[in-house]
Amino acid sequence: MTASPVIEVRGVTKAFGEVPVLRGIDLVVPEHGAVALIGASGSGKSTLLRCIDLLEPIDDGDVLLDGEVVTDPSVEPVAVRRRLGMVFQAFNLFPHLTAVENVALAPMRAQGVGREEARARAAELLARFGLAGREGERPDNLSGGQQQRVAIARALATRPRALLLDEITSALDPELVGEVLEVVRDLKAQGTTMLVTTHEMGFARDVADEVCFLHEGRIIERGAPAAVLDTPEQPETQRFLRRLLAARRAL
Amino acid sequence: MAAVAPEDRRAVRAAAERRRSRRGLAIAAVSTVVVVGGLAALLVTSPGWSSVKDTFFDPEAFKTSFPAVLKGFWLDVKIFVTVEIAVLILGLVVALVRTTGAPALFPLRAMAVVFTDVFRGVPTILVVYLVGFGVPALEISGLPTDPIVLGGIGLTLSYTAYVTEVYRAGIDSVHPSQRQAALAVGLTGGQALRFVVLPQAVRRVLPPLLNDFISLQKDVALVAILGPQEAFRVAQIDASSTFNYTPLLAAAALYLCVTIPLARVLDHMQRRSR
Repeated sequence: MTASPVIEVRGVTKAFGEVPVLRGIDLVVPEHGAVALIGASGSGKSTLLRCIDLLEPIDDGDVLLDGEVVTDPSVEPVAVRRRLGMVFQAFNLFPHLTAVENVALAPMRAQGVGREEARARAAELLARFGLAGREGERPDNLSGGQQQRVAIARALATRPRALLLDEITSALDPELVGEVLEVVRDLKAQGTTMLVTTHEMGFARDVADEVCFLHEGRIIERGAPAAVLDTPEQPETQRFLRRLLAARRAL
Repeated sequence: MAAVAPEDRRAVRAAAERRRSRRGLAIAAVSTVVVVGGLAALLVTSPGWSSVKDTFFDPEAFKTSFPAVLKGFWLDVKIFVTVEIAVLILGLVVALVRTTGAPALFPLRAMAVVFTDVFRGVPTILVVYLVGFGVPALEISGLPTDPIVLGGIGLTLSYTAYVTEVYRAGIDSVHPSQRQAALAVGLTGGQALRFVVLPQAVRRVLPPLLNDFISLQKDVALVAILGPQEAFRVAQIDASSTFNYTPLLAAAALYLCVTIPLARVLDHMQRRSR
């Protein structure tokens, strides 16, 4: 575990108005590593990812990407965002573009890749995620699982240093969750650096090297997946996992 | 209970369905005849019908005035097309100015707000009148003096104010998560607007834009108050010299020839967007 950190979060705080959402987060995602953030809704997981992608300004602390402070006001956020790939809970695909156009847009417009090359690379990415033959479809004609796989391809199209995956299976019908998680497992196996938020404990266990439990804007417990998920030390973690288990059983 | 073969049940249902639709058609036909016939009877039996028939529906007057009115209408069409193109472009520019947050553009933004407030708040006929007679009165060399151009400018000002708001509504209707996704893949704010937000916004507002087209197409007649010999003006002059109003009806018919097809296109687009 001496790989150099790709993402480093140091003492980040963030409030929406008077409401504190992040109260001092420290976090390291090493190269080829995967960190899973778990915690109740509203614990600040999504906000943290959005802050790292500079979609949301932070109040205090710093975010570093490959050792460079990117939350400094002098840093151009557009260039930083190109080095990170973000996948959203609600897919957020561009509905007026086909699957392949969704994936090729950023390479063409943000990176100046030629149209033919961008499309060829996009088609290649889509094929890799089991979407060969669906390149010309609009998002509306794709299932939720397919849409999310297009979104993952879109996030990877700019060849980012790391992926930020925000609850990517939460908006999916249960039978479609598996195909999306499979894609992420493959990416992990190929050494993609990623920071994920999830409610799927099985997924966190499979993919993550480290699991962090977020509670009221603080990481109050962290460690190897087996340790945090099977023998949690903090009473809040225990309660959260118990509730998740009960909810699963109720289904 | 007698067992009935499924094919028979289907035939019975189809026959009932046919009967129902035949009866519906018959009712619609009868009620149309009654309503239209009633209205026609009311018109024809009205005390003034014979004089109205002579002054508004004179086939002879229609024939003699039609070529001149048609020629005037061609001017309407040219003004309409030119103004429409100007409105589509200017409206988008003003809408973009109003939606941007760049501090340097603050004066422009304030001007855009004043512009839409003023020109949406003043009747189009007044704008045409004020531009048409006010601008030449300034006697600044280089400013247009042609009443057709001035009338077109007046219409452009008025309709740009409306169309700006239509564009703005379209831009606002695109969910912020779209812009965010565009930023997340590394596009700049301007690129997000151009490649992600605007294409969706314009698609959504096409029906209301076309609605404003139809409205503009009619309002081109307002240019007549400045003097150009467009369809309404030609018909009016003709009518006042012969005391026969049939030419005005000819002008109305020409307007319908353009607005009705436009309305059908609009219906079609709205059905498709649903």
